[in-house]
Amino acid sequence: MTSARRAPGIAPARLPGDALAANFADLHPRLGDHEALVAADRCYFCHDAPCTIACPTEIDIPMFIRQIQGGDPKSAAKTIFEQNILGGMCARVCPTETLCEEACVRMTAEGDPVEIGRLQRYATDALMAENGHPFSRAPETGKRVAVVGAGPAGLACAHRLALHGHAVTIHEARPRPGGLNEYGIAAYKAAGGFAQAEVDWLLRIGGIEIVEGRLGEDLTLDALAADYDAVFLGIGLAAVNALRAEGEDLSGVQNAVDWIAGLRQASDWAEVPVGRNVVVIGGGMTATDAAIQSAKLGAEQVTLVYRRDRAAMAASDFEVDLAAASGARVLCNARPVRVLGEGRAQSIEFEYTETGPDGLTGTGETFALPADQVMKAIGQTLVAPAGLEIEGGKIRTDAEGRTSRPGVWAGGDCASGGEDLTVTAVAQGRDAAESIHRALGA
Amino acid sequence: MADLSNTFVGIRSPNPFWLASAPPTDKEYNVRRAFEAGWGGVVWKTLGLDPHVVNVNGPRYGVLHGPDRRVLGLNNIELITDRPLQVNLDEITAVKRDYPDRAVVVSLMVPCEEAAWKEILPLVEATGADGIELNCGCPHGMSERGMGSAVGQAPDLIEQITRWCKQTTRMPVIVKLTPNITDIRGPARAAVKGGADAVSLINTVSSITSVNLDTFSPEPSIDGKGSHGGYCGPAVKPIALNMVAEIARDPECRGIPISGIGGVTTWRDAAEFIALGCGNVQVCTAAMTYGFRVVGEMATGLERWMSEAGHPSTSAFQGRAVPNVTDWQHLNLNYVTKARIDQEACIKCGRCYAACEDTSHQAIAMKPGRVFEVKDDECVACNLCVDVCPVENCITMERLAPGTVDPRTGKVVEDGYANWTTHPNNPARVAAE
Ligand SMILES: Cc1cc2nc3c(=O)[nH]c(=O)nc-3n(C[C@H](O)[C@H](O)[C@H](O)COP(=O)(O)OP(=O)(O)OC[C@H]3O[C@@H](n4cnc5c(N)ncnc54)[C@H](O)[C@@H]3O)c2cc1C
Ligand SMILES: Cc1cc2nc3c(=O)[nH]c(=O)nc-3n(C[C@H](O)[C@H](O)[C@H](O)COP(=O)(O)O)c2cc1C
Ligand code: SF4
Repeated sequence: MTSARRAPGIAPARLPGDALAANFADLHPRLGDHEALVAADRCYFCHDAPCTIACPTEIDIPMFIRQIQGGDPKSAAKTIFEQNILGGMCARVCPTETLCEEACVRMTAEGDPVEIGRLQRYATDALMAENGHPFSRAPETGKRVAVVGAGPAGLACAHRLALHGHAVTIHEARPRPGGLNEYGIAAYKAAGGFAQAEVDWLLRIGGIEIVEGRLGEDLTLDALAADYDAVFLGIGLAAVNALRAEGEDLSGVQNAVDWIAGLRQASDWAEVPVGRNVVVIGGGMTATDAAIQSAKLGAEQVTLVYRRDRAAMAASDFEVDLAAASGARVLCNARPVRVLGEGRAQSIEFEYTETGPDGLTGTGETFALPADQVMKAIGQTLVAPAGLEIEGGKIRTDAEGRTSRPGVWAGGDCASGGEDLTVTAVAQGRDAAESIHRALGA
Repeated sequence: MADLSNTFVGIRSPNPFWLASAPPTDKEYNVRRAFEAGWGGVVWKTLGLDPHVVNVNGPRYGVLHGPDRRVLGLNNIELITDRPLQVNLDEITAVKRDYPDRAVVVSLMVPCEEAAWKEILPLVEATGADGIELNCGCPHGMSERGMGSAVGQAPDLIEQITRWCKQTTRMPVIVKLTPNITDIRGPARAAVKGGADAVSLINTVSSITSVNLDTFSPEPSIDGKGSHGGYCGPAVKPIALNMVAEIARDPECRGIPISGIGGVTTWRDAAEFIALGCGNVQVCTAAMTYGFRVVGEMATGLERWMSEAGHPSTSAFQGRAVPNVTDWQHLNLNYVTKARIDQEACIKCGRCYAACEDTSHQAIAMKPGRVFEVKDDECVACNLCVDVCPVENCITMERLAPGTVDPRTGKVVEDGYANWTTHPNNPARVAAE
C-alpha cells in the first residue's frame, strides 16, 4: 500500500479500495428520523422568513420544516419541489452557509443555523425513495419547446414546461444528462449515482424527450427557432480559461473540470489516476473540489494555490475548511510562472503577489513546488451561440430570461445575472419556463 | 446556607422533596434506593385490602412528547398496589426502621365502609409509618369500583372517610385530592371538616393522550381498546398550581397544610408550589422519567436560590405568593403597560409580528430591514409577543407612568388603583368611595 501511495507520476489506485470507498462516501448522509425532528424543532417559523428570501428558488423553508416537525416529510418534499424540482441535488450541493443558512435568524441568535440543507435532503429523499412523482402534467397544449443543455437550468425549465402541458425536446451534447450535476459536482456530494437517479425521477413528469445534439455543430439556433415554438438555452460554460504560463502544454497539466468529469464517470475509484504531488491553481469551488478529491484519492501532497488573498477566494469558508481537513494545503498570494519538467510536468514555479494601487503585481520572489499533476481551475467561459447579445461574457437576459433574440430564452451559468450555482440555474430555468408559458399562451 | 429540613404535619424530613405514591414508591427496593439518592420522604404506593388488585398485562402508560421526545405529560391506567398487603406492610416496617430520619407515609384506598378502614389502619400503624394519605384521586379503574376519584368527587364521602380515619388512628391524615372536579374547594373543605391534618394535590387528570391513526385505538392500547388514564408531569403543573392557590386562599380551608403535587420537575417548580402555600412537594413523573437522581438538582437548586434570595428556610417564603392571587375583578385597571422590543437582542424572526398581526391587535410594525416596532396606539399589552418571542427578555412590558397619555385610548393614565368593581362599564358596579 505504501508503495502504491508513493508511486511516482500520475497513477491510479494509490489507496486500497475500502479507503477510497470511505473517502468518497456521502459527505452528509441523510438525517435519521429522530435527528431530523430535533433539527426541525429549532426552526422558529419566522414571518416572511429570511431563509426563503435568501434561497434563489425561494423555497418556503419554514413551511417544509414545519411539515417535517409534523412527521410528514413527503409533504415537506412537495413544498420544496414546487419551487425547486432539483431540490434533492440542491440539498446536497448548495453552499447553504452563504445562502439560506447564513440568513437563518439562529445565526444572529447563536451563530448556529437550522440545518436547512440537511433537512431538505431528509424530506426530498423520503419522497424520491417512493419513486413517485408529486406532480402531474396539464393536458397537452400542442406547443413544442426546444431546450439546449440538460444541466440544472435546462432540466428545471423542461420540467416546468412539461408540467404546463408543452412538449419538450432537450438537445444535449454529452452522452448523459445532468450537466455539471453529472460531470462536475464533487463525488462525495452526489454519492450513490444520485445525479442520474434524479434526472430519471424528474422525467417521470412525461412530455420530455432528450436527444443528443450539439448547438453550433449539428444544430443551429435558426433551425431550432424555426422548428419549435420557443427555445431555451441552458448550455453552461463549455470552455475553460487558459493559464498562459510557460510549460502549460506539458503532459500532466490539465483542466480541473475535465479531470473531475473523468472521476465522476469512473466506475471504480481505483481507476482514477492522480499525481503523487498535485498542484491545483484557482480559488473557486472547482479548485477546492479538485484539491479535495485528489487528496481523497491518495495524492501525497496537494497544494491549492490562489493568486489573491484568502478573502478573495470564491470558494466558501466551508469548502476551504473541507480542503484543509482533507489534507490539502491552501496557499494564497502566488501566481504560476512556469511548469517545469522533462517530457512531463515535474514541478511548477510560482511568484508571490501583492495587491497594490495597480492591482495584482508580482513581488519578484519565486518558489517551486513538486508537481506531477497540475490542475487549472481558473474559470470556465461561455462558448457563445451566434446571433445573441453578450454581456460580461454571458448571454444577456432580462429578469424573465429573455435573450436579445425574440423566441429565445436562456438561464443558468450561460446567462447573465445571479451566481454560478446549481440553485441559481434551477431558478432561472424555472422562471424562463413560466415566461415561455406566458408567451405561448398569448 | 439555607436549611432545607422540613416538618410537615409533624413529620420531619431532611428536605421537602417526597416521592408521590406511585411506582417509584411501590416496594422496599425502590424506596431504599430513593432514600440513598437523597429523597426526603415517600408516600408509599397506595395499599388496599386483599385480595390485591391486578393490573392490565399490556401497556399502562401513554405519553405527550415535546421536542426531542421530551416527556411533557404521562398518562397511566395503573391501579393501586398489585402485591399482597402483608408484603407491603413488612417492607414498610423494614424501611422505616432503617431510615428513621426520612418521612414514610402510607397511601390507602379501601371501600367506603368504616369496617374496611378500621381493619387496615392498625396494620399500617404497626409498621411505624409516620402518617397516612387517603387516595381520593385515582381517576381510572378504582373509580369504577366506587373508590379513588369517585370518592374525591363526593365531598360527603371525603368527609366521612377522613373522620373514620381520624377517629381510628394516631397518625396524621393527609387527604389526596383529585383535580377531576369543577371546584377544588368543595373536596378540600370536606377534608377540613372531616378533621384532615393536610391535603395533598393533585392526583392525575383524566385523559386520553393520543389516538393511533392506524388502529383507531386510544393509547396506551390494550388489544385495540383504551381506557382514559390519569395525566401527570410538566403539562399538569399549571392546573395543580391553580388548585393549590384556590385552597390556600380559601377562608374555609385557612391554615390547612398542603402537600403540592403535579409536574414538579426542577427546584423552581417546587419553590413555586411552596410560594403558593405548600409545606412540601411530592414528585412522580420527574423521577419516572429521569430516575431518582433528579432530587440532587432539586435540592441544590432550591438551596442555592434560597440562600441567594435570603430565605433561611422554606417556611421563610412559604405562602408568600398567596396574597397576590386575587380575583380578576380586583386587578388594577390603571396598570397600563406597552410591549417594548429590545432592538439589540432582536434576532428578526418576526414571530411577534405574525402573532400580533394575525391574532392580536395589529400593534407591531414591520419596517424595512426587518425592524419590528410596537405601535403604542394599538398595543393592548396582551403579552402574546412576549410569550412567542424565542429570545428571553427581548420583548418586555413597560409600565406607562401615571400622568402620561396612553396613545391607544387617548386617556391619561391615572395614579392609584381602580378595578372592575367600580368601572363605569360594569352594570353591577359599586360606587367608589
Ligand atoms: C467542479 C464544479 C463544482 C461545482 N460545485 C458546485 C456546488 O457544490 N454547488 C453549486 O451550487 N454549484 C456548483 N458548481 C456550479 C454548478 O455546477 C453550475 O452552476 C450549474 O451546474 C449550472 O447549471 P447549468 O444548467 O447552467 O449548466 P451546466 O450544468 O454546465 O449544464 C450545461 C449542459 O449543457 C450542455 N451543453 C453545453 N454546450 C452545449 C451545446 N452547445 N449544445 C448542447 N448541449 C450543450 C452540457 O453538456 C451540459 O449538460 C460547480 C461547478 C463546477 C465546475
Ligand atoms: C404510574 C402512576 C401510578 C400512580 N399511582 C398512584 C397511586 O397508586 N396512588 C396515588 O395516590 N397516586 C398515584 N399516582 C399519582 C401520583 O402520585 C401523582 O399524584 C401524579 O403523578 C402527579 O405528580 P407528577 O406530575 O409529579 O407525576 C400515580 C401516578 C402514576 C404516573
Ligand atoms: S402586547 Fe399584544 S397587542 Fe401589544 S404588541 Fe405584543 S402582541 Fe401586540
